[in-house]
Amino acid sequence: MSLLDILAHQLLNGLVLGSFYALVALGYTMIFGVIKLLNFAHGDLYMVGGFIGFIVLSAISSVVGGGWFGIFIAMLLSMLAVGFLGVVIERIAYHPMLSAPRLSILITALAVSLVLQNTALALTNGQYTAFRSDLGFGGITLGGLFITYNQMVLVAAAAVLMIALEFFVTHTQYGRAMRAVAVDADMCELLGINVAAVIGVTFFIGSALAAAAGTMAGAYYGSLWYFMGFLIGLKAFTAAVIGGIGSIPGAMLGGLVLGLLEALGTQIPGIGSEWKDVFSFAVLILVLVFKPTGLLGRSEQERM
Amino acid sequence: MSSDATPPVLKLHGVSAGYGRIRALHGIDLEVRRGQIVTLLGANGAGKTTALKTISALVRASAGSVLFEGRDITGLRASEIARLGLVHVPEGRHILRGLSVRENLELGAFTVRDPAVRQERMREVFGLFPVLDHRQHQDGSLLSGGEQQMLAIGRALMQGPKMLLLDEPSMGLAPKLVLDTMRIVKRLNQAGTTILLVEQNARLALRLADYGYVLESGEIRMQGPAAALRADRSIVQAYLGE
Ligand SMILES: Nc1ncnc2c1ncn2[C@@H]1O[C@H](COP(=O)(O)OP(=O)(O)OP(=O)(O)O)[C@@H](O)[C@H]1O
Ligand SMILES: [Mg+2]
Repeated sequence: MSLLDILAHQLLNGLVLGSFYALVALGYTMIFGVIKLLNFAHGDLYMVGGFIGFIVLSAISSVVGGGWFGIFIAMLLSMLAVGFLGVVIERIAYHPMLSAPRLSILITALAVSLVLQNTALALTNGQYTAFRSDLGFGGITLGGLFITYNQMVLVAAAAVLMIALEFFVTHTQYGRAMRAVAVDADMCELLGINVAAVIGVTFFIGSALAAAAGTMAGAYYGSLWYFMGFLIGLKAFTAAVIGGIGSIPGAMLGGLVLGLLEALGTQIPGIGSEWKDVFSFAVLILVLVFKPTGLLGRSEQERM
Repeated sequence: MSSDATPPVLKLHGVSAGYGRIRALHGIDLEVRRGQIVTLLGANGAGKTTALKTISALVRASAGSVLFEGRDITGLRASEIARLGLVHVPEGRHILRGLSVRENLELGAFTVRDPAVRQERMREVFGLFPVLDHRQHQDGSLLSGGEQQMLAIGRALMQGPKMLLLDEPSMGLAPKLVLDTMRIVKRLNQAGTTILLVEQNARLALRLADYGYVLESGEIRMQGPAAALRADRSIVQAYLGE
Protein backbone atom coordinates (compact mmCIF):
# COMPACT_ATOMS: atom_id res chain seq x y z
CA MET A 1 0.00 0.00 0.00
CA SER A 2 1.26 3.44 -0.85
CA LEU A 3 1.34 6.14 1.80
CA LEU A 4 -1.59 7.79 0.06
CA ASP A 5 -3.63 4.60 0.25
CA ILE A 6 -2.84 4.26 3.94
CA LEU A 7 -3.96 7.82 4.54
CA ALA A 8 -7.17 7.29 2.57
CA HIS A 9 -7.82 4.12 4.49
CA GLN A 10 -7.34 5.91 7.80
CA LEU A 11 -9.57 8.76 6.65
CA LEU A 12 -12.29 6.21 6.03
CA ASN A 13 -11.80 4.63 9.46
CA GLY A 14 -11.86 8.11 10.95
CA LEU A 15 -15.11 8.88 9.18
CA VAL A 16 -16.76 5.78 10.63
CA LEU A 17 -15.40 6.41 14.12
CA GLY A 18 -16.29 10.09 13.80
CA SER A 19 -19.89 9.21 12.92
CA PHE A 20 -20.23 7.29 16.18
CA TYR A 21 -18.59 10.09 18.14
CA ALA A 22 -20.85 12.65 16.50
CA LEU A 23 -24.06 10.74 17.25
CA VAL A 24 -23.14 10.38 20.91
CA ALA A 25 -21.77 13.93 21.15
CA LEU A 26 -25.09 15.29 19.86
CA GLY A 27 -26.97 13.94 22.86
CA TYR A 28 -24.28 15.24 25.18
CA THR A 29 -24.52 18.72 23.76
CA MET A 30 -28.35 18.81 23.52
CA ILE A 31 -28.76 17.73 27.13
CA PHE A 32 -26.13 20.20 28.25
CA GLY A 33 -28.05 22.85 26.34
CA VAL A 34 -31.38 22.39 28.09
CA ILE A 35 -30.32 21.63 31.67
CA LYS A 36 -26.62 22.61 31.73
CA LEU A 37 -25.71 19.11 32.88
CA LEU A 38 -22.69 17.14 31.67
CA ASN A 39 -24.57 13.87 31.54
CA PHE A 40 -21.80 11.41 32.39
CA ALA A 41 -24.30 8.57 32.01
CA HIS A 42 -24.73 9.37 28.34
CA GLY A 43 -22.00 7.02 27.11
CA ASP A 44 -23.62 4.20 29.05
CA LEU A 45 -26.85 4.70 27.09
CA TYR A 46 -24.76 3.95 24.00
CA MET A 47 -23.78 0.67 25.69
CA VAL A 48 -27.37 -0.12 26.69
CA GLY A 49 -28.46 0.73 23.15
CA GLY A 50 -25.94 -1.74 21.77
CA PHE A 51 -27.19 -4.54 24.00
CA ILE A 52 -30.86 -3.86 23.35
CA GLY A 53 -30.19 -3.69 19.62
CA PHE A 54 -28.45 -7.04 19.82
CA ILE A 55 -31.24 -8.63 21.86
CA VAL A 56 -33.88 -7.37 19.44
CA LEU A 57 -31.88 -8.55 16.44
CA SER A 58 -31.48 -12.02 17.97
CA ALA A 59 -35.23 -12.16 18.48
CA ILE A 60 -36.23 -11.03 14.99
CA SER A 61 -33.39 -12.23 12.76
CA SER A 62 -35.22 -15.46 11.91
CA VAL A 63 -37.97 -13.33 10.38
CA VAL A 64 -36.19 -10.32 8.89
CA GLY A 65 -32.67 -11.71 8.60
CA GLY A 66 -29.49 -10.57 10.31
CA GLY A 67 -28.34 -8.19 7.58
CA TRP A 68 -28.61 -4.43 7.48
CA PHE A 69 -32.39 -4.54 7.23
CA GLY A 70 -32.68 -6.55 10.44
CA ILE A 71 -30.12 -4.32 12.10
CA PHE A 72 -32.08 -1.29 10.97
CA ILE A 73 -35.25 -2.61 12.63
CA ALA A 74 -33.27 -3.53 15.75
CA MET A 75 -31.75 -0.06 15.80
CA LEU A 76 -35.16 1.65 15.59
CA LEU A 77 -36.55 -0.42 18.46
CA SER A 78 -33.41 0.12 20.50
CA MET A 79 -33.67 3.88 19.88
CA LEU A 80 -37.26 3.82 21.09
CA ALA A 81 -36.45 1.82 24.22
CA VAL A 82 -33.34 3.80 25.16
CA GLY A 83 -35.13 7.05 24.35
CA PHE A 84 -37.72 6.18 26.97
CA LEU A 85 -34.99 5.05 29.36
CA GLY A 86 -33.39 8.48 28.96
CA VAL A 87 -36.71 10.18 29.74
CA VAL A 88 -37.21 8.00 32.81
CA ILE A 89 -33.68 8.70 34.05
CA GLU A 90 -34.26 12.43 33.67
CA ARG A 91 -37.59 12.25 35.51
CA ILE A 92 -36.34 10.13 38.40
CA ALA A 93 -32.73 11.18 38.83
CA TYR A 94 -32.20 14.65 37.37
CA HIS A 95 -35.53 16.43 37.53
CA PRO A 96 -35.71 16.57 41.33
CA MET A 97 -32.16 17.98 41.36
CA LEU A 98 -32.64 20.81 38.87
CA SER A 99 -32.74 23.53 41.49
CA ALA A 100 -30.00 21.94 43.62
CA PRO A 101 -26.38 23.08 43.32
CA ARG A 102 -24.73 22.06 40.05
CA LEU A 103 -22.33 19.67 41.74
CA SER A 104 -25.17 17.56 43.17
CA ILE A 105 -26.66 16.83 39.79
CA LEU A 106 -23.22 16.07 38.34
CA ILE A 107 -22.68 13.49 41.07
CA THR A 108 -26.15 12.11 40.34
CA ALA A 109 -25.11 11.64 36.72
CA LEU A 110 -22.04 9.68 37.85
CA ALA A 111 -24.30 7.53 40.00
CA VAL A 112 -26.64 6.84 37.08
CA SER A 113 -23.61 5.86 35.02
CA LEU A 114 -22.49 3.40 37.70
CA VAL A 115 -25.97 1.91 37.97
CA LEU A 116 -26.17 1.31 34.21
CA GLN A 117 -22.65 -0.12 34.00
CA ASN A 118 -23.05 -2.40 36.96
CA THR A 119 -26.43 -3.67 35.80
CA ALA A 120 -24.84 -4.62 32.51
CA LEU A 121 -21.87 -6.09 34.36
CA ALA A 122 -24.14 -8.27 36.47
CA LEU A 123 -26.13 -9.45 33.47
CA THR A 124 -23.10 -10.32 31.36
CA ASN A 125 -20.66 -11.41 34.06
CA GLY A 126 -18.26 -8.88 32.65
CA GLN A 127 -17.76 -10.99 29.51
CA TYR A 128 -17.58 -9.69 25.98
CA THR A 129 -20.75 -10.53 24.07
CA ALA A 130 -20.38 -11.34 20.39
CA PHE A 131 -22.81 -9.23 18.32
CA ARG A 132 -23.80 -11.91 15.84
CA SER A 133 -25.16 -10.65 12.53
CA ASP A 134 -25.03 -11.63 8.90
CA LEU A 135 -23.10 -8.63 7.71
CA GLY A 136 -20.89 -9.49 4.77
CA PHE A 137 -17.49 -8.14 3.89
CA GLY A 138 -18.25 -6.96 0.39
CA GLY A 139 -17.40 -3.56 -0.92
CA ILE A 140 -16.01 -1.54 -3.78
CA THR A 141 -12.47 -0.59 -4.69
CA LEU A 142 -11.72 3.05 -5.40
CA GLY A 143 -8.16 3.32 -6.63
CA GLY A 144 -6.16 1.66 -3.90
CA LEU A 145 -8.92 2.06 -1.34
CA PHE A 146 -11.37 -0.67 -0.41
CA ILE A 147 -14.65 0.66 0.99
CA THR A 148 -16.99 -1.91 2.50
CA TYR A 149 -20.72 -1.67 2.05
CA ASN A 150 -20.98 -1.74 5.81
CA GLN A 151 -18.93 1.42 6.08
CA MET A 152 -21.06 3.13 3.45
CA VAL A 153 -24.35 2.13 5.04
CA LEU A 154 -23.14 3.19 8.46
CA VAL A 155 -21.88 6.61 7.45
CA ALA A 156 -25.03 7.19 5.39
CA ALA A 157 -27.27 6.19 8.30
CA ALA A 158 -25.43 8.54 10.64
CA ALA A 159 -25.76 11.32 8.08
CA VAL A 160 -29.50 10.71 7.68
CA LEU A 161 -29.99 10.83 11.45
CA MET A 162 -28.06 14.08 11.72
CA ILE A 163 -29.94 15.68 8.81
CA ALA A 164 -33.22 14.64 10.43
CA LEU A 165 -32.10 16.18 13.71
CA GLU A 166 -31.07 19.39 11.99
CA PHE A 167 -34.49 19.56 10.32
CA PHE A 168 -36.24 18.93 13.63
CA VAL A 169 -34.27 21.62 15.38
CA THR A 170 -34.76 24.32 12.76
CA HIS A 171 -38.18 23.56 11.29
CA THR A 172 -40.43 22.29 14.05
CA GLN A 173 -41.93 24.11 17.01
CA TYR A 174 -40.46 21.58 19.46
CA GLY A 175 -37.07 21.92 17.85
CA ARG A 176 -37.16 25.70 18.13
CA ALA A 177 -38.37 25.35 21.69
CA MET A 178 -35.41 23.10 22.45
CA ARG A 179 -32.99 25.78 21.30
CA ALA A 180 -34.98 28.43 23.13
CA VAL A 181 -35.01 26.52 26.43
CA ALA A 182 -31.23 26.28 26.16
CA VAL A 183 -31.07 30.09 26.08
CA ASP A 184 -33.81 31.20 28.48
CA ALA A 185 -36.06 28.63 30.13
CA ASP A 186 -38.07 31.18 32.14
CA MET A 187 -38.94 33.14 29.01
CA CYS A 188 -40.07 29.91 27.38
CA GLU A 189 -42.47 29.26 30.24
CA LEU A 190 -43.89 32.76 29.75
CA LEU A 191 -44.52 31.86 26.12
CA GLY A 192 -46.65 28.93 27.24
CA ILE A 193 -43.95 26.35 26.54
CA ASN A 194 -43.91 23.49 29.03
CA VAL A 195 -40.17 23.44 29.68
CA ALA A 196 -40.29 20.09 31.48
CA ALA A 197 -41.83 18.51 28.39
CA VAL A 198 -39.18 20.04 26.13
CA ILE A 199 -36.46 18.68 28.43
CA GLY A 200 -38.13 15.26 28.19
CA VAL A 201 -38.17 15.38 24.38
CA THR A 202 -34.51 16.41 24.40
CA PHE A 203 -33.54 13.45 26.58
CA PHE A 204 -35.55 11.14 24.34
CA ILE A 205 -33.82 12.28 21.16
CA GLY A 206 -30.35 12.47 22.68
CA SER A 207 -30.63 8.99 24.20
CA ALA A 208 -32.10 7.53 21.01
CA LEU A 209 -29.15 8.85 18.99
CA ALA A 210 -26.73 7.22 21.44
CA ALA A 211 -28.66 3.95 21.06
CA ALA A 212 -28.46 4.21 17.27
CA ALA A 213 -24.69 4.59 17.51
CA GLY A 214 -24.46 1.73 20.01
CA THR A 215 -26.42 -0.69 17.83
CA MET A 216 -24.49 0.21 14.68
CA ALA A 217 -21.13 0.09 16.43
CA GLY A 218 -21.99 -3.27 17.98
CA ALA A 219 -22.89 -4.70 14.60
CA TYR A 220 -19.91 -3.10 12.86
CA TYR A 221 -17.20 -4.05 15.36
CA GLY A 222 -18.96 -7.30 16.30
CA SER A 223 -18.81 -7.18 20.07
CA LEU A 224 -20.42 -5.61 23.14
CA TRP A 225 -19.07 -5.00 26.62
CA TYR A 226 -20.57 -3.45 29.75
CA PHE A 227 -17.76 -0.89 29.88
CA MET A 228 -17.89 0.12 26.20
CA GLY A 229 -19.81 3.32 26.99
CA PHE A 230 -17.14 4.75 29.23
CA LEU A 231 -14.49 5.66 26.72
CA ILE A 232 -16.92 6.74 23.99
CA GLY A 233 -18.66 8.88 26.60
CA LEU A 234 -15.39 10.64 27.29
CA LYS A 235 -14.65 10.94 23.58
CA ALA A 236 -18.12 12.28 22.84
CA PHE A 237 -17.72 14.79 25.64
CA THR A 238 -14.37 15.76 24.11
CA ALA A 239 -15.99 16.07 20.69
CA ALA A 240 -18.82 18.20 22.07
CA VAL A 241 -16.35 20.54 23.77
CA ILE A 242 -14.15 20.73 20.68
CA GLY A 243 -17.19 21.69 18.63
CA GLY A 244 -18.51 24.06 21.30
CA ILE A 245 -20.65 22.55 24.03
CA GLY A 246 -24.33 23.37 23.49
CA SER A 247 -23.90 23.74 19.73
CA ILE A 248 -25.55 21.04 17.61
CA PRO A 249 -23.53 21.63 14.43
CA GLY A 250 -20.53 21.85 16.76
CA ALA A 251 -21.13 18.34 18.06
CA MET A 252 -21.38 16.95 14.53
CA LEU A 253 -18.20 18.74 13.50
CA GLY A 254 -16.38 17.91 16.74
CA GLY A 255 -17.22 14.22 16.39
CA LEU A 256 -15.96 14.03 12.83
CA VAL A 257 -12.86 16.07 13.58
CA LEU A 258 -12.01 13.89 16.55
CA GLY A 259 -12.60 10.65 14.63
CA LEU A 260 -10.44 11.81 11.73
CA LEU A 261 -7.67 13.18 13.94
CA GLU A 262 -7.51 9.95 15.91
CA ALA A 263 -7.35 7.79 12.82
CA LEU A 264 -4.72 9.97 11.18
CA GLY A 265 -2.84 10.53 14.43
CA THR A 266 -2.00 6.86 14.63
CA GLN A 267 -0.04 7.28 11.39
CA ILE A 268 2.31 9.91 12.74
CA PRO A 269 5.71 8.22 13.25
CA GLY A 270 6.24 7.53 16.94
CA ILE A 271 2.52 7.63 17.76
CA GLY A 272 1.09 4.15 17.58
CA SER A 273 -2.57 3.31 17.96
CA GLU A 274 -2.02 2.71 21.68
CA TRP A 275 -1.48 6.47 21.94
CA LYS A 276 -4.68 7.48 20.21
CA ASP A 277 -6.62 8.33 23.38
CA VAL A 278 -3.75 10.47 24.61
CA PHE A 279 -3.79 12.10 21.20
CA SER A 280 -7.49 13.04 21.34
CA PHE A 281 -7.32 14.44 24.86
CA ALA A 282 -4.24 16.44 23.86
CA VAL A 283 -6.33 17.89 21.04
CA LEU A 284 -9.01 18.75 23.59
CA ILE A 285 -6.49 20.61 25.73
CA LEU A 286 -5.17 22.50 22.73
CA VAL A 287 -8.67 23.58 21.72
CA LEU A 288 -9.44 24.65 25.27
CA VAL A 289 -6.26 26.72 25.36
CA PHE A 290 -6.67 28.44 22.02
CA LYS A 291 -10.45 28.55 21.60
CA PRO A 292 -12.09 27.85 24.95
CA THR A 293 -15.60 28.15 23.49
CA GLY A 294 -14.93 25.39 20.94
CA LEU A 295 -14.91 25.58 17.17
CA LEU A 296 -18.55 26.67 16.78
CA GLY A 297 -19.37 27.75 20.33
CA ARG A 298 -20.51 31.19 21.33
CA SER A 299 -18.70 33.13 23.98
CA GLU A 300 -20.52 33.98 27.17
CA GLN A 301 -20.17 37.69 26.53
CA GLU A 302 -22.39 37.48 23.47
CA ARG A 303 -25.25 36.48 25.72
CA MET A 304 -25.73 39.95 27.11
CA MET B 1 -63.16 53.45 33.96
CA SER B 2 -63.30 51.34 37.04
CA SER B 3 -66.88 50.59 37.70
CA ASP B 4 -67.46 48.25 40.59
CA ALA B 5 -70.17 46.47 38.61
CA THR B 6 -67.72 44.58 36.36
CA PRO B 7 -65.88 41.76 38.14
CA PRO B 8 -62.10 42.12 38.04
CA VAL B 9 -60.19 40.18 35.37
CA LEU B 10 -57.19 40.00 37.67
CA LYS B 11 -57.34 40.06 41.42
CA LEU B 12 -54.50 39.76 43.91
CA HIS B 13 -55.46 39.05 47.47
CA GLY B 14 -52.88 39.39 50.25
CA VAL B 15 -50.03 38.26 47.99
CA SER B 16 -46.59 37.90 49.57
CA ALA B 17 -43.46 36.72 47.80
CA GLY B 18 -39.70 36.88 47.98
CA TYR B 19 -36.39 35.33 47.02
CA GLY B 20 -35.14 32.83 49.55
CA ARG B 21 -35.07 34.71 52.82
CA ILE B 22 -35.52 38.13 51.20
CA ARG B 23 -39.15 39.29 51.42
CA ALA B 24 -40.06 41.48 48.47
CA LEU B 25 -43.88 41.68 48.64
CA HIS B 26 -45.90 41.97 51.83
CA GLY B 27 -49.52 41.01 51.31
CA ILE B 28 -50.57 43.20 48.42
CA ASP B 29 -54.13 43.57 47.14
CA LEU B 30 -54.68 44.68 43.57
CA GLU B 31 -57.46 44.58 40.99
CA VAL B 32 -57.63 45.10 37.26
CA ARG B 33 -60.96 45.27 35.45
CA ARG B 34 -61.67 44.22 31.88
CA GLY B 35 -60.53 46.75 29.32
CA GLN B 36 -58.58 48.83 31.80
CA ILE B 37 -55.00 50.03 31.80
CA VAL B 38 -53.78 49.87 35.37
CA THR B 39 -50.31 51.11 36.23
CA LEU B 40 -48.07 49.95 39.04
CA LEU B 41 -45.65 52.65 40.14
CA GLY B 42 -42.84 52.71 42.65
CA ALA B 43 -39.17 53.47 43.17
CA ASN B 44 -36.37 51.09 42.19
CA GLY B 45 -36.55 47.95 44.29
CA ALA B 46 -40.12 48.62 45.43
CA GLY B 47 -41.20 45.19 44.20
CA LYS B 48 -42.95 45.97 40.89
CA THR B 49 -41.15 43.30 38.90
CA THR B 50 -41.65 40.82 41.72
CA ALA B 51 -45.38 41.54 41.66
CA LEU B 52 -45.60 40.75 37.93
CA LYS B 53 -43.42 37.65 38.34
CA THR B 54 -45.64 36.41 41.12
CA ILE B 55 -48.74 36.84 38.97
CA SER B 56 -47.16 34.89 36.12
CA ALA B 57 -45.71 32.28 38.53
CA LEU B 58 -42.03 32.87 37.77
CA VAL B 59 -41.88 33.57 41.51
CA ARG B 60 -44.02 31.52 43.93
CA ALA B 61 -46.43 33.38 46.17
CA SER B 62 -45.65 32.52 49.79
CA ALA B 63 -49.07 33.74 50.88
CA GLY B 64 -52.29 35.01 49.33
CA SER B 65 -53.96 34.21 46.05
CA VAL B 66 -54.07 35.37 42.45
CA LEU B 67 -57.35 35.11 40.54
CA PHE B 68 -57.60 35.43 36.76
CA GLU B 69 -61.09 35.66 35.30
CA GLY B 70 -62.44 34.42 38.59
CA ARG B 71 -60.21 31.34 38.64
CA ASP B 72 -57.53 30.77 41.28
CA ILE B 73 -54.26 30.50 39.36
CA THR B 74 -51.88 30.52 42.35
CA GLY B 75 -49.83 27.35 42.05
CA LEU B 76 -50.27 26.82 38.30
CA ARG B 77 -47.12 26.52 36.19
CA ALA B 78 -46.04 29.69 34.40
CA SER B 79 -46.72 28.03 31.04
CA GLU B 80 -50.25 27.12 32.12
CA ILE B 81 -50.95 30.71 33.11
CA ALA B 82 -49.61 31.98 29.79
CA ARG B 83 -51.94 29.55 28.00
CA LEU B 84 -54.91 31.11 29.79
CA GLY B 85 -54.16 34.34 27.93
CA LEU B 86 -52.46 36.15 30.81
CA VAL B 87 -49.24 37.12 29.09
CA HIS B 88 -46.17 38.58 30.81
CA VAL B 89 -43.67 40.66 28.81
CA PRO B 90 -40.76 40.70 31.24
CA GLU B 91 -38.36 43.48 32.11
CA GLY B 92 -35.39 43.47 29.76
CA ARG B 93 -37.30 41.94 26.83
CA HIS B 94 -35.63 38.51 26.89
CA ILE B 95 -35.34 38.04 23.16
CA LEU B 96 -34.23 34.46 22.50
CA ARG B 97 -30.61 34.68 21.35
CA GLY B 98 -29.63 32.55 18.40
CA LEU B 99 -33.20 32.42 17.12
CA SER B 100 -34.29 34.63 14.25
CA VAL B 101 -36.92 37.32 14.59
CA ARG B 102 -39.37 35.04 12.84
CA GLU B 103 -38.53 32.11 15.11
CA ASN B 104 -39.02 34.28 18.17
CA LEU B 105 -42.48 35.15 16.86
CA GLU B 106 -43.25 31.53 15.95
CA LEU B 107 -42.47 30.49 19.50
CA GLY B 108 -44.91 33.10 20.75
CA ALA B 109 -47.56 31.01 19.03
CA PHE B 110 -46.14 27.74 20.41
CA THR B 111 -49.50 26.66 21.74
CA VAL B 112 -51.35 27.48 18.51
CA ARG B 113 -51.72 24.22 16.56
CA ASP B 114 -53.27 25.70 13.41
CA PRO B 115 -50.55 27.10 11.11
CA ALA B 116 -53.13 29.32 9.40
CA VAL B 117 -53.85 31.07 12.69
CA ARG B 118 -50.10 31.48 13.27
CA GLN B 119 -49.70 33.02 9.82
CA GLU B 120 -52.60 35.36 10.40
CA ARG B 121 -51.24 36.57 13.72
CA MET B 122 -47.80 37.03 12.21
CA ARG B 123 -49.32 39.18 9.46
CA GLU B 124 -50.98 41.32 12.12
CA VAL B 125 -47.71 41.72 14.01
CA PHE B 126 -45.85 42.65 10.83
CA GLY B 127 -48.61 45.16 10.10
CA LEU B 128 -48.08 46.74 13.49
CA PHE B 129 -44.27 46.56 13.32
CA PRO B 130 -43.11 46.56 9.67
CA VAL B 131 -39.47 46.61 10.74
CA LEU B 132 -39.86 43.09 12.14
CA ASP B 133 -41.01 41.94 8.71
CA HIS B 134 -37.87 43.38 7.11
CA ARG B 135 -35.60 41.77 9.70
CA GLN B 136 -37.41 38.48 10.10
CA HIS B 137 -34.38 36.33 9.29
CA GLN B 138 -31.95 38.21 11.51
CA ASP B 139 -30.94 36.94 14.96
CA GLY B 140 -33.48 38.59 17.27
CA SER B 141 -30.88 39.46 19.89
CA LEU B 142 -28.98 41.57 17.36
CA LEU B 143 -31.84 44.05 16.88
CA SER B 144 -31.62 47.53 18.36
CA GLY B 145 -33.21 48.15 21.74
CA GLY B 146 -36.32 49.69 20.22
CA GLU B 147 -36.68 46.88 17.70
CA GLN B 148 -36.23 44.31 20.45
CA GLN B 149 -39.05 45.92 22.38
CA MET B 150 -41.28 45.68 19.31
CA LEU B 151 -40.29 42.04 18.97
CA ALA B 152 -41.06 41.38 22.63
CA ILE B 153 -44.51 42.93 22.28
CA GLY B 154 -45.07 41.29 18.89
CA ARG B 155 -44.16 37.92 20.37
CA ALA B 156 -46.63 38.48 23.20
CA LEU B 157 -49.33 39.30 20.63
CA MET B 158 -48.60 36.00 18.89
CA GLN B 159 -49.79 34.39 22.12
CA GLY B 160 -53.25 35.88 21.63
CA PRO B 161 -53.35 37.62 25.01
CA LYS B 162 -56.49 38.59 26.87
CA MET B 163 -54.38 40.55 29.30
CA LEU B 164 -50.80 41.83 29.15
CA LEU B 165 -48.39 42.35 32.04
CA LEU B 166 -45.87 44.88 30.70
CA ASP B 167 -42.71 45.46 32.75
CA GLU B 168 -41.04 48.76 31.82
CA PRO B 169 -41.59 48.50 28.06
CA SER B 170 -39.91 51.87 27.54
CA MET B 171 -36.76 51.06 29.49
CA GLY B 172 -33.63 52.27 27.77
CA LEU B 173 -35.43 53.77 24.79
CA ALA B 174 -34.96 57.21 23.26
CA PRO B 175 -37.71 59.72 24.18
CA LYS B 176 -39.42 59.44 20.81
CA LEU B 177 -39.49 55.65 21.06
CA VAL B 178 -40.89 55.91 24.57
CA LEU B 179 -43.85 57.83 23.17
CA ASP B 180 -44.23 55.33 20.32
CA THR B 181 -44.29 52.48 22.81
CA MET B 182 -46.96 54.21 24.87
CA ARG B 183 -49.05 54.77 21.75
CA ILE B 184 -48.83 51.08 20.98
CA VAL B 185 -49.90 50.21 24.52
CA LYS B 186 -52.88 52.49 24.09
CA ARG B 187 -53.73 50.94 20.76
CA LEU B 188 -53.60 47.39 22.10
CA ASN B 189 -55.85 48.45 24.93
CA GLN B 190 -58.34 50.06 22.58
CA ALA B 191 -58.37 46.81 20.62
CA GLY B 192 -59.62 45.13 23.78
CA THR B 193 -56.55 43.94 25.68
CA THR B 194 -56.52 44.58 29.41
CA ILE B 195 -53.15 45.89 30.61
CA LEU B 196 -51.18 46.02 33.82
CA LEU B 197 -48.29 48.38 33.16
CA VAL B 198 -45.14 48.87 35.22
CA GLU B 199 -43.39 52.08 34.24
CA GLN B 200 -40.47 54.19 35.42
CA ASN B 201 -41.98 57.17 33.72
CA ALA B 202 -44.91 57.75 36.11
CA ARG B 203 -46.06 60.90 34.37
CA LEU B 204 -46.60 59.08 31.09
CA ALA B 205 -48.05 56.01 32.73
CA LEU B 206 -50.63 58.01 34.63
CA ARG B 207 -51.63 59.81 31.47
CA LEU B 208 -52.31 56.46 29.82
CA ALA B 209 -53.83 54.57 32.70
CA ASP B 210 -57.31 54.44 34.19
CA TYR B 211 -56.14 53.52 37.63
CA GLY B 212 -52.85 53.38 39.50
CA TYR B 213 -51.17 51.74 42.46
CA VAL B 214 -48.04 52.98 44.20
CA LEU B 215 -45.80 50.32 45.65
CA GLU B 216 -43.24 51.08 48.35
CA SER B 217 -40.99 48.46 49.96
CA GLY B 218 -43.31 45.69 48.89
CA GLU B 219 -46.52 47.30 50.14
CA ILE B 220 -49.27 49.23 48.38
CA ARG B 221 -48.89 52.80 49.66
CA MET B 222 -51.51 54.53 47.61
CA GLN B 223 -54.05 53.83 44.91
CA GLY B 224 -56.72 55.64 42.98
CA PRO B 225 -57.95 56.78 39.60
CA ALA B 226 -55.02 57.96 37.49
CA ALA B 227 -56.32 61.52 37.36
CA ALA B 228 -56.48 61.70 41.15
CA LEU B 229 -52.97 60.31 41.53
CA ARG B 230 -51.69 62.85 39.03
CA ALA B 231 -53.16 65.59 41.15
CA ASP B 232 -51.75 64.22 44.41
CA ARG B 233 -48.84 66.39 45.57
CA SER B 234 -46.96 63.62 47.39
CA ILE B 235 -46.91 61.43 44.31
CA VAL B 236 -45.93 64.29 42.11
CA GLN B 237 -43.01 64.94 44.44
CA ALA B 238 -41.95 61.34 44.86
CA TYR B 239 -42.26 60.08 41.31
CA LEU B 240 -43.08 62.85 38.89
CA GLY B 241 -40.80 65.70 39.89
CA GLU B 242 -37.77 65.01 37.74
N1 LIG C 1 -33.55 37.41 41.91
C1 LIG C 1 -33.53 38.08 43.08
N2 LIG C 1 -32.89 37.57 44.16
C2 LIG C 1 -32.88 38.21 45.33
N3 LIG C 1 -33.48 39.39 45.55
C3 LIG C 1 -34.14 39.96 44.52
C4 LIG C 1 -34.19 39.34 43.24
N4 LIG C 1 -34.91 40.13 42.41
C5 LIG C 1 -35.28 41.19 43.15
N5 LIG C 1 -34.83 41.10 44.42
C6 LIG C 1 -35.07 42.06 45.50
O1 LIG C 1 -36.46 42.20 45.68
C7 LIG C 1 -36.81 43.55 45.84
C8 LIG C 1 -37.82 43.97 44.82
O2 LIG C 1 -37.20 43.91 43.53
P1 LIG C 1 -37.98 44.18 42.18
O3 LIG C 1 -37.10 43.74 41.08
O4 LIG C 1 -39.31 43.57 42.28
O5 LIG C 1 -38.12 45.76 42.20
P2 LIG C 1 -38.66 46.75 41.07
O6 LIG C 1 -39.70 47.56 41.70
O7 LIG C 1 -39.03 46.01 39.85
O8 LIG C 1 -37.38 47.63 40.80
P3 LIG C 1 -36.85 48.32 39.42
O9 LIG C 1 -37.61 49.58 39.25
O10 LIG C 1 -35.41 48.59 39.71
O11 LIG C 1 -37.04 47.36 38.32
C9 LIG C 1 -35.51 44.34 45.80
O12 LIG C 1 -35.11 44.58 47.11
C10 LIG C 1 -34.55 43.42 45.12
O13 LIG C 1 -33.24 43.61 45.59
MG1 LIG D 1 -38.33 45.96 37.90
